[in-house]
Amino acid sequence: MAWFKKESTPSAEPTKRPKVVEGMWLKCSHCREIVYRKEVDRNNKVCPKCEYHFPISVTERIALLTDLGTFREWDADLAPQDPLGFSDSRAYPERLKAQQDKTGRKDALVTGEGAINGRRLVLAVFDFSFMGGSMGSVVGEKLCRAIEHAITMRLPVVLVCTSGGARMQEGILSLMQMAKTSAAVARLGEARLPFITILADPTFGGVTASVAMLGDVIIAEPKALIGFAGPRVIEQTIKQQLPDEFQRAEFLLEHGIVDMIVERRRLKETVGSLLGHL
Amino acid sequence: MKDYLDFEKPIRDLEERIEKLVGASTGRASAQDEIRKLKAKLAQTETELYASLSPWQRTQIARHAQRPSIQDYINAFCRDFLELHGDRAFADDQAILGGLATFGGRSVMVIGHQKGKTLKERMLRNFGMPNPEGYRKALRLMKLAEKFDRPILTFIDTPGAYPGIGAEERGQAEAIARNLLVMARLRVPMLSVVIGEGGSGGALALGVTDRVLMLEHSVYSVISPEGCAAILWDNPAKAPDAAAALKMTASDLATLKIIDEIIPEPIGGAHRDPQAMAERVAKALTTHLSQLEELLAEELLTQRDQKYRQMGVFTDPPPPVS
Ligand SMILES: [Zn+2]
Repeated sequence: MAWFKKESTPSAEPTKRPKVVEGMWLKCSHCREIVYRKEVDRNNKVCPKCEYHFPISVTERIALLTDLGTFREWDADLAPQDPLGFSDSRAYPERLKAQQDKTGRKDALVTGEGAINGRRLVLAVFDFSFMGGSMGSVVGEKLCRAIEHAITMRLPVVLVCTSGGARMQEGILSLMQMAKTSAAVARLGEARLPFITILADPTFGGVTASVAMLGDVIIAEPKALIGFAGPRVIEQTIKQQLPDEFQRAEFLLEHGIVDMIVERRRLKETVGSLLGHL
Repeated sequence: MKDYLDFEKPIRDLEERIEKLVGASTGRASAQDEIRKLKAKLAQTETELYASLSPWQRTQIARHAQRPSIQDYINAFCRDFLELHGDRAFADDQAILGGLATFGGRSVMVIGHQKGKTLKERMLRNFGMPNPEGYRKALRLMKLAEKFDRPILTFIDTPGAYPGIGAEERGQAEAIARNLLVMARLRVPMLSVVIGEGGSGGALALGVTDRVLMLEHSVYSVISPEGCAAILWDNPAKAPDAAAALKMTASDLATLKIIDEIIPEPIGGAHRDPQAMAERVAKALTTHLSQLEELLAEELLTQRDQKYRQMGVFTDPPPPVS
């Protein structure tokens, strides 16, 4: 399900994604302009030339969305196992260890409680830097628990997605997380609690085909690539090169798949307003 | 003429030798004796070969062009099948077949992927790879079944949801996600059987049911072995390794507690004896369906919730002692 090309395969080479590198200048991965790093930082990591929204870390995302100091993380110690004894060029436990050392997290989703303009909510944020934000057992379980807490406490849930899809290394168990998390969203809906999803660049595969597309309101970040099948798989199937706009947030808006595209600097305010109505 | 897979060569050779001897047989005792010996050897070879199939060999059986399809099962054990078409919005996706039928004296909704057998039919059915309208048709039929309190039987056999431009434009991911969400809460008994290939989200979109059964040589996986090999090994030729690594066989899934029953196949696979296979499938469906029909809708939902809620393997450290 993680239909990503090799270059951006989360599990293989997570560091090759366009990212904000050290140094004074950086090259925008969208418009390819060289831009001044500080200017990008000051601008919520948005390219001043083309408005491309660079990937931001989970910490930055939480800071961007919640009132200062309100976020409390849950289940940070929930850790992955290796149920399949999976090994490709590298054994899964080794890969996990490397990712855990790199990110300081046990797995690819952070969940917890915070507030937006004083209103309490449950927030879950995918960490793309951890195996491409892929969804395995830990991601599924943490999201379910977060949703269940929300039901108990009668709070809305906001989920920020950026993921390559289901995690291959946990095989069928990863696929089943799609069913498990979607069922939790169904229960949240029956409790009439709002579920807002924010789709950042990139969101693909089994995450799009489950929780990401189940938001009562679906928000996309400008120019974010969002889809089911990865562009390379589609290109191989249709034997044609895809246009740059394909699967971008603007394309999804045009085709009626997302509710709105919201610039990062207006994200918190927009989510706050939406929650005011729901 | 049987359709043999590469690894079935020893069996083909033996069967050819037997045929030749039978054809040339003059009834001499020595020839009869030789035939008897070869038949015994054939039986032994078959038993050994099919008892020790590799995951990749099973995948090939699961994808066999002659493998019985949903239509074959409907023909074998359902009566009065009335096919229902279309998603009421865009098209009738031929990769998914669905309709009302009588099964064991009761009305049921039957829905499943249909790959097609001849090349022409395969093209028509897009090789069993649905577009969003296919999933939306399935959803419409499932809701119809719920409205009239009819059980739902699904048959899973797909390489996956179709990766195309139109599919993305029309919300392939949303269509799959919606099915997962709605299926989790449908208030009627739901059963699925993986009859061939369970390809990822495209399979799961018909597979969130109270009981999931698998034919012995069927496979069910998060990604195709070829796709996995291309990404993780950077080499699609490593598909046999990926098939093993992904733990995608029926016995793997039973061990991982993802499926509820393995339905044994006739020796050589379901396509060698479709009638016997259909009888076994019907029997398993009857057993599970009768059990589910005993439950109230609330119990059904609670059990379905628990079934999916407990899937996953992780370490949950106890909270620190304060
Ligand atoms: Zn730019």
